[in-house]
Amino acid sequence: MTVTELVPYEDALATYDPVMGLEVHVELGTATKMFCGCSTTLGQGANSQTCPTCLGLPGALPVVNAVGVESAIRIGLALNCEIAEWCRFARKNYFYPDMPKNFQTSQYDEPIAFGGHLDVQLEDGEIFRVEIERAHMEEDTGKSTHIGGATGRIHGASHSLLDYNRAGIPLIEIVTKPIEGAGERAPEVAKAYVAELRELIKALGVSEARMEMGQMRCDVNLSLRPKGRKAFGTRSETKNVNSLRSVERAARFEVQRHAAVLDAGETIIQETRHFHEENGTTTSGRVKEEAEDYRYFPEPDLVPVAPSREWVEELRATLPELPRLRRNRLREEWGISQHEMQSVLNAGAVDLIVATVEAGAPADQARKWWMGELARRANESGTDLAELPIGPEEVARVCALVEEGSLNDKLARQTIEGVLDGEGSPDDVVEKRGLKVVSDEGALGTAVDEAIAGNAAIAEKIRGGKVQAAGALVGAVMKATRGQADAARVRELILEKLGVEG
Amino acid sequence: MPGISREEVAHLARLARLELKAEELDHFAAQLDDIIGAVATVSDVAAEDVPPTSHPLPLTNVMRPDEVRPSLTPEQALSGAPAQEQQRFKVPQILGED
Repeated sequence: MTVTELVPYEDALATYDPVMGLEVHVELGTATKMFCGCSTTLGQGANSQTCPTCLGLPGALPVVNAVGVESAIRIGLALNCEIAEWCRFARKNYFYPDMPKNFQTSQYDEPIAFGGHLDVQLEDGEIFRVEIERAHMEEDTGKSTHIGGATGRIHGASHSLLDYNRAGIPLIEIVTKPIEGAGERAPEVAKAYVAELRELIKALGVSEARMEMGQMRCDVNLSLRPKGRKAFGTRSETKNVNSLRSVERAARFEVQRHAAVLDAGETIIQETRHFHEENGTTTSGRVKEEAEDYRYFPEPDLVPVAPSREWVEELRATLPELPRLRRNRLREEWGISQHEMQSVLNAGAVDLIVATVEAGAPADQARKWWMGELARRANESGTDLAELPIGPEEVARVCALVEEGSLNDKLARQTIEGVLDGEGSPDDVVEKRGLKVVSDEGALGTAVDEAIAGNAAIAEKIRGGKVQAAGALVGAVMKATRGQADAARVRELILEKLGVEG
Repeated sequence: MPGISREEVAHLARLARLELKAEELDHFAAQLDDIIGAVATVSDVAAEDVPPTSHPLPLTNVMRPDEVRPSLTPEQALSGAPAQEQQRFKVPQILGED
């Protein structure tokens, strides 16, 4: 009963109402693992960051990482959750080689944070409230490499190899309540939620939350119910959807697939599904024959965590301005539209512009450079804006040089080019390339005279009051000075010499 | 009355990857039932005012600072592994052909 013909998205939404649940795992940026002092540095030699505790050797005892707990509480508070006065860790028992202990240390019915919400802003500005069920502490698993099968897949592999460097790295799992009422915007809400959560996590400084590095991973649970019905349908669980775009695509695909199955009079099987980045589809993973039986029980080797209310309030005081509010504030300060702000966000330029403004540049100039020339260069070289070999200080310096009249737009562009090409600071580039605006009135005057002489017909028009025509003469002067003149001053001189009022 | 059925013991054995013969299941089911019954007598004396205990010591918030401690070397970490390859633990096939 494989359904291959998807129902068009609009048709699916005409009949059914989607309900989603999103589970996001965030890898914390702590220096050490959750229950032992092994380093969490990425990219180290296989199995070079393990110890008896994270290898599950007999007799080893775990001890909780204080920063892990602190980060969990701060995430909970930022999500408007209540923080448990007392909670325990639990063992989630299962046999799979990614966990050498044969259980994952997690939290079961006593999560550290519960009952919150996150308001997300959709692209048209609408606010959608996503209710948070819980956020709990757990640990990451080891990394498997499957050998002998096609393209590293587990199916058909002859054996697998395990690197436990990642086993034990702190994870916070954040689970939403069923998201109802999003209707056709469900995929957009899913994406906006994960995006907002990522911004929040970054603002808290608890993780870099880089999805492409697996520091943040999302499971999309989705079901459909006929419009007007209250009871939820059977859900599918699409695992490890690891980019914002994929979250939206996976939700959209599952809506269309579920609708096709239901329209055909068949039933949805509760199963995990794998998302395929290359074509945006999902395929069946493991069918859940029975409710998973993890035999959770309180972890006897770890004592309960009972955050004092004083500590919780201290941590609450460290919360940053919420990303959504900060964005709206900046948008107003910069005087730009929702749409323009979205472009700035998509380009990852918000913090760079803020830093450039802090370094003294006017906001419109800072935004112009980062979103224009620099965005183009980053795009060309396929890097992030933040990785370009130019920083906010340097962009601000270029803006200052333009402001004081030392550079015009064209020269500023060349200056930035020089900095990007590693020729030094903006001032070095101006010096070495000789980019100063020609401000020698004598030299400019000569150039202007020559331009007037060489374009008699245009000059006549200007004399006759057609001031707009001056642009052509300004162009001629700029060409003659190889762009190194202040265009505004050139225009003044031209009009002056022709006896016309600007 | 608490207790454990033969089916429950068979289920637990499967979850724990223990292969038990039919007569072993009978044997253990009876034994486990006795044990659970014996432990259940605790409930007779534990009234409402005695909360379930998972930790015998009245300790909370035992935490360590987020400071790196030396790890084992990969050689030490792998020294007990029955098989290894590429400095990794080698494990048998996880999924079958299907």
